[in-house]
Amino acid sequence: MVIILKKLLIYLKKYTLETVLAPLFKMFEATLELFVPLVVKRIIDTGIANNDLTYILKMCVLLAFLAFVGLAFSITAQYFSARAAVGFSSSLRYSLFSHIGTLTHSEIDTLGTSKLITRMTSDINQVQNGINLTLRLLLRSPFVVFGAMIMAFTVDKSSALTFAGTIPVLSLVVFAIMLGTVPLYKAVQKHLDSILLKTRSTLSGVRVLRAFSAEKRDIADFTEKNQLLLSAQQKAARISALLNPLTYVIINAAVIILIYTGAIRVEAGIISQGAVVALYNYMSQILVELIKLANLIITITKSFASARRITEIFDTSPSVTFPEKGAEPDLSKPAVTFTDVSFTYKNAGERSLSGISFTAEKGEKIGIIGSTGSGKSTLINLIPRFYDASSGKIELFGHDISDYSRETLNMLVATVAQKAVLFSGTIRENLLWGNKNADDELLLSAVKTAQAEDIIKAKENGLGEMLTEGGKNLSGGQKQRLTIARALVKKAPVLILDDSASALDLATDLKLRRAINELDFHPLVFIVSQRTSSVMGCDKILVMEDGEIEAVGTHSELLETSEVYREIYMSQNGGANE
Amino acid sequence: MSRQKAPSGTLKKVLGFISDYKLSVIFSLILAALSVALTLYIPLLFGDAIDLIIGKGNADIPGIIKILLKAGALAFVCAVLTWIMNTLNNKITYSVVMDIRNRAYTKINSLPLSYIDSHPAGDTVSRMISDADQFSEGLLMGFTQFFSGILTIAGTLILMLMLDWKIALVVAALTPVSLFVAKFVAKHTYEFFREQSSVRAEQTALINEITGNLKTVRAFSKEKDSLDKFGEINERLRKASLKAIFYSSITNPSTRFVNAIVYAAVAFSGAAAVLSGGGITVGILTCLLSYANQYTKPFNEISGVAAELQNALACAARVIEILEESPEKPHKENAVIKTETKGNIEIKNISFSYTPEQRLIEDFSLSVKSGQKIAIVGPTGCGKTTFINLLMRFYDVKSGSIEIDGTDIRDITRQSLRSHYGMVLQETWLMPGTVRDNIKMGKPEATDEEIIRAAKLSHSYSFIKRLPEGLDTVIGEDGGSLSQGQKQLLCITRVMLCDPDILILDEATSSIDTRTEIRVQKAFNALMQGKTSFLVAHRLSTILEADKILYMEKGRILETGTHKELLSLNGRYAALFKSQFSE
Repeated sequence: MVIILKKLLIYLKKYTLETVLAPLFKMFEATLELFVPLVVKRIIDTGIANNDLTYILKMCVLLAFLAFVGLAFSITAQYFSARAAVGFSSSLRYSLFSHIGTLTHSEIDTLGTSKLITRMTSDINQVQNGINLTLRLLLRSPFVVFGAMIMAFTVDKSSALTFAGTIPVLSLVVFAIMLGTVPLYKAVQKHLDSILLKTRSTLSGVRVLRAFSAEKRDIADFTEKNQLLLSAQQKAARISALLNPLTYVIINAAVIILIYTGAIRVEAGIISQGAVVALYNYMSQILVELIKLANLIITITKSFASARRITEIFDTSPSVTFPEKGAEPDLSKPAVTFTDVSFTYKNAGERSLSGISFTAEKGEKIGIIGSTGSGKSTLINLIPRFYDASSGKIELFGHDISDYSRETLNMLVATVAQKAVLFSGTIRENLLWGNKNADDELLLSAVKTAQAEDIIKAKENGLGEMLTEGGKNLSGGQKQRLTIARALVKKAPVLILDDSASALDLATDLKLRRAINELDFHPLVFIVSQRTSSVMGCDKILVMEDGEIEAVGTHSELLETSEVYREIYMSQNGGANE
Repeated sequence: MSRQKAPSGTLKKVLGFISDYKLSVIFSLILAALSVALTLYIPLLFGDAIDLIIGKGNADIPGIIKILLKAGALAFVCAVLTWIMNTLNNKITYSVVMDIRNRAYTKINSLPLSYIDSHPAGDTVSRMISDADQFSEGLLMGFTQFFSGILTIAGTLILMLMLDWKIALVVAALTPVSLFVAKFVAKHTYEFFREQSSVRAEQTALINEITGNLKTVRAFSKEKDSLDKFGEINERLRKASLKAIFYSSITNPSTRFVNAIVYAAVAFSGAAAVLSGGGITVGILTCLLSYANQYTKPFNEISGVAAELQNALACAARVIEILEESPEKPHKENAVIKTETKGNIEIKNISFSYTPEQRLIEDFSLSVKSGQKIAIVGPTGCGKTTFINLLMRFYDVKSGSIEIDGTDIRDITRQSLRSHYGMVLQETWLMPGTVRDNIKMGKPEATDEEIIRAAKLSHSYSFIKRLPEGLDTVIGEDGGSLSQGQKQLLCITRVMLCDPDILILDEATSSIDTRTEIRVQKAFNALMQGKTSFLVAHRLSTILEADKILYMEKGRILETGTHKELLSLNGRYAALFKSQFSE
């Protein structure tokens, strides 16, 4: 708990002043409230006893004055507290988002996106809420409680012992309930996560669900998950609902003791009737504060659960790190060299790549072919360091890839992934991802090479056409071509096309490959594909099978030497004649 | 579309949701009344006790003990009642929110595709999850504090009237000030909360997009730029939240101030009454003061709750917006449930476009006989998906008709229409759940033997077998660790299992290696023997085998015919064919 606090409280640092002032002003306000029973005691013991109406009026004006000053203090406190809480959550959200941006593929695989999204949204809101209430009440409430006790001591030491006995019992109850609900609220969050995941997934798969007329069952599944959430919520609520009634009973018991002992002491002539009233009033104040405190503690408990989940994300550090100032590429050296490289995915039993060695020179076209799951994508994912090799050495332009800074490596390697992902914004904004300084001429030439000219031409606003979230208003093939264009804009000396023409028809695919051959910056191109037609023009083809390179050669060499390659080739070209 | 909704309208709708729990609500009200009555009665007893303590040597100790014992017993009963009431309120609130979520989810499943295609998923998710959550918190507060608050006010007023009507009038006269303050603040906060909600939704959409595609973002080192964009929205959210939170938090101190004034007034008029000997004792004054506190406290709470409820209503309004979207056009009343089909499809003069400005399909007709193979060909982005959207009735044609075995598809229930189709899309989608659940999606009653047979046919069994838990392996969001090809094989298995009458394959094998593809293709061929199929094709073999080829470009169907016919036409298809296969 302390560690979590420490980690998150740095974000309050910018708001130190607010963080101090908010509870301070709250305390001023509370102090004023503590004077109220004393004033009432004077009204009874002095004003009424002496039949002095002016004195009573004076005291009542004092009460009103105390109230006014209290109002000013309180509003000031609320302002500082809101500023601190909102400022805190704002910087926390910013750095969490920034931290998530540093995570590499391996962590993204393990954490899962929906988890990350909940942390960014509802968890942070929960923490903000907690901070706000804490600043407003956490200090105020104990202050009032203990203040009331101290005031009680000034009224009558012996009666005040009741207070000294009541407060620990109350604290015990409050803490026990708090501790009891922590795991229960954790369970609630888990169920909430699961319905979030469900909703997201349904929105993305709505076509398939409807095609299978699976809506009813899908709804039933959701309802069931929702029902689990309900039971978890109720379980937690049942315990936290105990808080108010329990504190109420304890306080009333204390009042009873107070009046009883007070009566004996008044009869003995030790204290006045007004003093008993004052003591009773203090006890009532404690009750009011405790109810506030109890609600606060529920919120704080939830906030802590959220805070813990947030720190979990902060604690996940990227598995791939880059040196600040990296090596300079030596463009005269071989572009890419793999030496006995192996790779195992996190939490996976088997190796996905083993003993990979090859060299690729600048300007070459390297084809990588093999069946699904043979390790093609894994291999090329190692070049831009999406994952780090488990063993072996990968060199890029004369240096180990881990010697390059992130910026340099990013400039050297451009990748087009299997899954075409675009973002909301204009087409131009999407293309500028490759190089933010690119002018329209460069963008259009990349678009032309990627065979995406017709997409731009068909759009009313050309490059300025808006894409909706995820590029939903484009077809799969259109998206693929735009992602290729985006990578070309980078003009990187190493270009990786990871099966990124799969949605293109053969004619477009062919035109694309020809255009890439004619690129003026002569990159080393990796073409990962399952079609022999896509790789047959390559200078070198790596044939992958079960995570190993089965054979290397040109198309015609491989037809002679590689059984696997021949089989793939036959399956595609033989298939045409079936 | 997003009309500004009056909060009063929202309130009515929310009450509509609550009315399902009428009995519980009534019971909770009764409990609230009882516990409020007890809470008010107990201080009266304490006042009586204090009046028995008059001074030195003048205290009726046995009388005091009797009163105190009674007070103790009642306090205990009161606590028990409160606990039951709290539990009940929790149950009502959480159930209402569960109902709303269920309804919203059901609604999502019946919304037209045009809605889902045009609304960011992140925004809908935010409405379903965080808005619903905030709504539940507000509603709970409303429940626990609203009823008892009002009852406390009424009860206290009556008791005070009984104790001393003049003082009671002083209190009653000053009270509206408190209400006015609360109302004023609430009115001004609602807008701030709405603003906060909408900026928050904007941010959630961005978070969804960036976090959901983090790998791509990383690949282009775009984290910093996204962070800038995020930072901008974040700053706006900070400002909006600060306003919403600060202004709503003014309520409590302001009403507390009014209460303190009331307290002072009661103290003065009460003490003056004691002096004038109007039958008021110090015990009654204590009572009155404690009631004045209790009387005003609910105003505090009610106004606090009012602010919270404003926020809750703003959130509820956003969830309700989903509920009020119009669903897909319902079936015609006499829509038939089609149990069997031969697969004759008649497309008569259809026209369709997504937006009026951009015309797509116009006056197109096509006749497909049972068992025919229709290939859809064209450059990428030619609008093949549109055609599938119409066949499956994801979208309805603007004019003309599509008939299946002579029945207009609009006269058939969507469910039964779709149950005849088997669809495999290029973009694979799997739901979170086990491999088995995913395969069974179209045929929930399938046995394991059937599943395994389908898996073997579609060549997915060899990798399913190797998964850690076989068919029971849970695949995470978006297919988790499965490769694109494996996901596609599962999608194919899913269709194989259904054994549909009509098959739609939208480049269904694009991610599978060709050796496997040939085997899968063979399985499809066996499956489709004598059945109608539509194939979006990029492979020569499928095209040559097709009975009819549709050549599409820019969303329009330009040429229709067999391979030979189209070649002799020497038009667009012929050009594409030559460029593609002349390599």
